Amino acid sequence: MAEAEAARALVERVFREESGQAVATLIRLLGDFDLAEEAVQEAFLVAMERWPVAGVPDRPGAWITTTARNKAIDRLRRERGLAERRATLALLEAARGQDTEMHTIADDRLRLIFTCCHPALAPEARVALTLRTLGGLSTPEIARAFMVPEATMAQRLVRAKRKIRAAAIPYRVPPDHLLPERLSSVLAVLYLIFNEGYAASAGDALVRRELCAEAIRLGRLLAELMPDEPEAIGLLALMLLIESRRAARTTAGGELVLLADQDRGRWDRDLVAEGQALVRRCLRRNRPGPYQLQAAVNAVHSDAASAAATDWGQILALYDQLMTIAPSPVVALHRAVALAEVQGPAAALAVVDGLDLDGYHLLHAVRADLLRLAFPGVPRHRPRGTPMRCMDDISGKTRSRLAEPSRLTWVPMPYFPFANQAVRQR
Amino acid sequence: MKYALLIYASEQDWANQSEEQGQAQFQEYMAFTKDIVDRGIYQSGEALQATATATTVRVRDGETLTTDGPFAETKEQLGGFYVVEAKDLDEAVEIAARIPDVRGGSIEVRPVMEVDMPS
Repeated sequence: MAEAEAARALVERVFREESGQAVATLIRLLGDFDLAEEAVQEAFLVAMERWPVAGVPDRPGAWITTTARNKAIDRLRRERGLAERRATLALLEAARGQDTEMHTIADDRLRLIFTCCHPALAPEARVALTLRTLGGLSTPEIARAFMVPEATMAQRLVRAKRKIRAAAIPYRVPPDHLLPERLSSVLAVLYLIFNEGYAASAGDALVRRELCAEAIRLGRLLAELMPDEPEAIGLLALMLLIESRRAARTTAGGELVLLADQDRGRWDRDLVAEGQALVRRCLRRNRPGPYQLQAAVNAVHSDAASAAATDWGQILALYDQLMTIAPSPVVALHRAVALAEVQGPAAALAVVDGLDLDGYHLLHAVRADLLRLAFPGVPRHRPRGTPMRCMDDISGKTRSRLAEPSRLTWVPMPYFPFANQAVRQR
Repeated sequence: MKYALLIYASEQDWANQSEEQGQAQFQEYMAFTKDIVDRGIYQSGEALQATATATTVRVRDGETLTTDGPFAETKEQLGGFYVVEAKDLDEAVEIAARIPDVRGGSIEVRPVMEVDMPS
């Protein structure tokens, strides 16, 4: 009985880890997303029945892929008629004999990531499709994570798959001249998934945790398959370093704990070590990019035994570099916070006051914080009727956001375009 | 795969071009068209007269209604199109990115339906 339970748990684990790979291979063979997904699901149903009784195969992933391939052949024979699907069947039959080589399989997943994150698909569709096909998340799970009705999410997925087929979005790793644009779309999708899991304040906690895990899993895959792309390594390092603080980041009651106030003993040392090692690898390569620099900022934070021991000079230098590579008023605002730590609030105030970010609420909150630091004796004014407690809450939230470098962004995050819009309108 | 590349740009801008600018753009279009014809990509293509010459027709309850002007008033107008043969969307986008008006206007890339025409 216990064995059957263990087998069932294993099927679930294998599903998480291998379904993306199996779907990717089936899509290559079939050229059809839906058929591939259905065949892989059928294969897992067979596994659910068989593994508890007959034992788990040596290579569960390969077993799933082979079984799914056979299911797809059955289904094509049964439902579509031989003549109609002769070409596909011939491909599948030819593949039946071959062993599924690891590198081919890995390539399949890489191809699929680039297809799912193609810029011709709407950004929200890229995210949903990546989670569905590569992450094996169910449509209801994805809908819950992004707080949209299930029907809306299902429709989004159907449309995206239809467009891939109808417009012939290629299933391949893009050639070199297209790679920079495409890779940055893939990285943005993964980071968006991670942030949704990390920063969202509502929604199912379990699903959100799953999103972070999935983004990291895909980030690892990408870093492994594209070891010459330092930004892919940088993104993985960034996500690992942020994830390492998860346990320390909220109180038992679910309230946010500022970076400065976190119990650093609760940081996950393994994740910190892995993230820092990746950052060092990036530094040696010396081809800095936005994700690498963000990761480096996080690495400096995770190096400090206490908040007071933080090497703000180094953080400021990293933000300086970031301003050279990817300048934006939001980056400048984050840099100003580091500047305040190094040179004092007056220097930071001068920078903040010069920023064209009037519609961006964090600007005003940071300014308020800096003014308080610069003029500690001056009593705070507050709108009549606003309790003092509320003011504290606002600045507390602001500090936590700014103290968490993960909030810094140059991929289009929700608040960034709004800030720009407000600036334009003025 | 066949794709229609629909060329949208501001008619105002076209109208405001100087003689030389218009000539230069015409030459650019000729060069582009010759290139895709030579490469065997070109299927068909037309340049359209201004929307001021357009007439929109509807039949409602058996009655033909004819109105002056284009189907929709927009900032950019459909000024012409190409139909090209491309391997996939990436290739179609690369072709579209070389159409002269892509710089001031926009090119909409639409896969063409495969329909057997009655012979």
